[in-house]
Amino acid sequence: MLDLWAQAIQKVFTIKILSFLGQGLLGTLYIASVSILLSLVFGTVLGLLRYRRPPVFGALAAGYIEVVRNIPLTLFIIAMRFMTKLPPLESGIAAMTVFTSAVVAEIVRGGLNSVQKGQWEAAYSQGFSTLQAMWHVVIPQAIRRIRSPLISQFVTAIKDTSFCAAVGTYELSFTSKIVASHRTIVTAQDIIVIYLLVALVYYIINALFAGLARRSRGSDAKGAVR
Amino acid sequence: MNGPFSWRNWLTWFQDWQYFLQGFGRTLWISFLGLFFTLLIGVAVGLVLCGKSRALKRLCKAYMSFFQNTPLVIQVFIYYNMLPKLGIMMGTVTIGVVSLALYTGAYAADIVASAIRAVPLGQMEAAQSQGFSYMQSMMRVVLPQAVKVGLPPMTNQAVNLIKNSSVMAVVAGGELMYCTDSWSGNNLIYGPAFVMTGILYLIICLPTSMLARHLEKRSLKDA
Repeated sequence: MLDLWAQAIQKVFTIKILSFLGQGLLGTLYIASVSILLSLVFGTVLGLLRYRRPPVFGALAAGYIEVVRNIPLTLFIIAMRFMTKLPPLESGIAAMTVFTSAVVAEIVRGGLNSVQKGQWEAAYSQGFSTLQAMWHVVIPQAIRRIRSPLISQFVTAIKDTSFCAAVGTYELSFTSKIVASHRTIVTAQDIIVIYLLVALVYYIINALFAGLARRSRGSDAKGAVR
Repeated sequence: MNGPFSWRNWLTWFQDWQYFLQGFGRTLWISFLGLFFTLLIGVAVGLVLCGKSRALKRLCKAYMSFFQNTPLVIQVFIYYNMLPKLGIMMGTVTIGVVSLALYTGAYAADIVASAIRAVPLGQMEAAQSQGFSYMQSMMRVVLPQAVKVGLPPMTNQAVNLIKNSSVMAVVAGGELMYCTDSWSGNNLIYGPAFVMTGILYLIICLPTSMLARHLEKRSLKDA
């Protein structure tokens, strides 16, 4: 029994397999980081549009957010992969951006909504323009409430890159599946070692961000008392 | 009309609509069972989190931490590829229900725990002073009040669960997303399949999220 575990570790912890999994990890981090950055930009714009509701664009933003949020990310990933000519990683980024932007938009809008109306009125009464009131009064208060759910959404985004395994993109989940079906991987111990290793890698990255989200929630509460 | 959305492609889709309906039915079934067990896990773990036993609490926190911080896809791979090696075989529906319930349950527990904590402590004390045991006061006095607080976020989790059931496509789960993926791969027709599948998911998810928003607004008004 102990022998099998030792063998499993020897088999999995080879330069070949680890560098292959490392390549998958890089794919995961690449998809996650680029799509998070892009979603931050598009999501903020969409959220602002839905909050301010300018004619036409407000309704368009609301429609986009509601439709996209209620369709599984997997569908966007599959559609992007098969209906566009984008390379695998980039099609993953495009699909994740389409989806995560809608979620970020809702978080942004929720944060803006949580700022009381009186803050606007107070800012206007002091002669602020709408843009100034937004920038100097509303957004600084909204950010405090947005921060924590936004970081939680990053954790979700990192986890959700694994959905790209459905179309065979080389990210960590799919590479782990390939490794698990390699001909040298036979015993239960081999497979357990692989999946525990991969789960641990995801866990470390996500727990780090989840801890950050918790801490910024703590500082939000303190901010509220002040 | 040519291209991916040509009439011929739509016609081919309509010829096979029953295949999609079957997948849709399986998605509903997996989601329903998954949600049922999610609620069971959520309430059980949530009660432990608000209870006194330190060891049990630590165990539940470890469970939540692992299942919240690793991707559902990896969890599904573990059930599908690893457990059979240990002599545990599950059908794809069972894997779907188990994986969705354990994954969503980890979030549901958080919701239940914070809903219980939102009920004023005096309610528990009042119930116990009337001779209710801890469990009785929890079940009859505290939980019914906690439901009001916990229902909106729980409904959002239900939407997530339905959407996440699509992950079963990675292990040939036979649900809607798998049907879509394999049908469009076999026929090399993508447009109509993806649009119709999107609409089918919208049919269940959109009303559910609207319900969640409605409940949220109502509970804000009460507060």
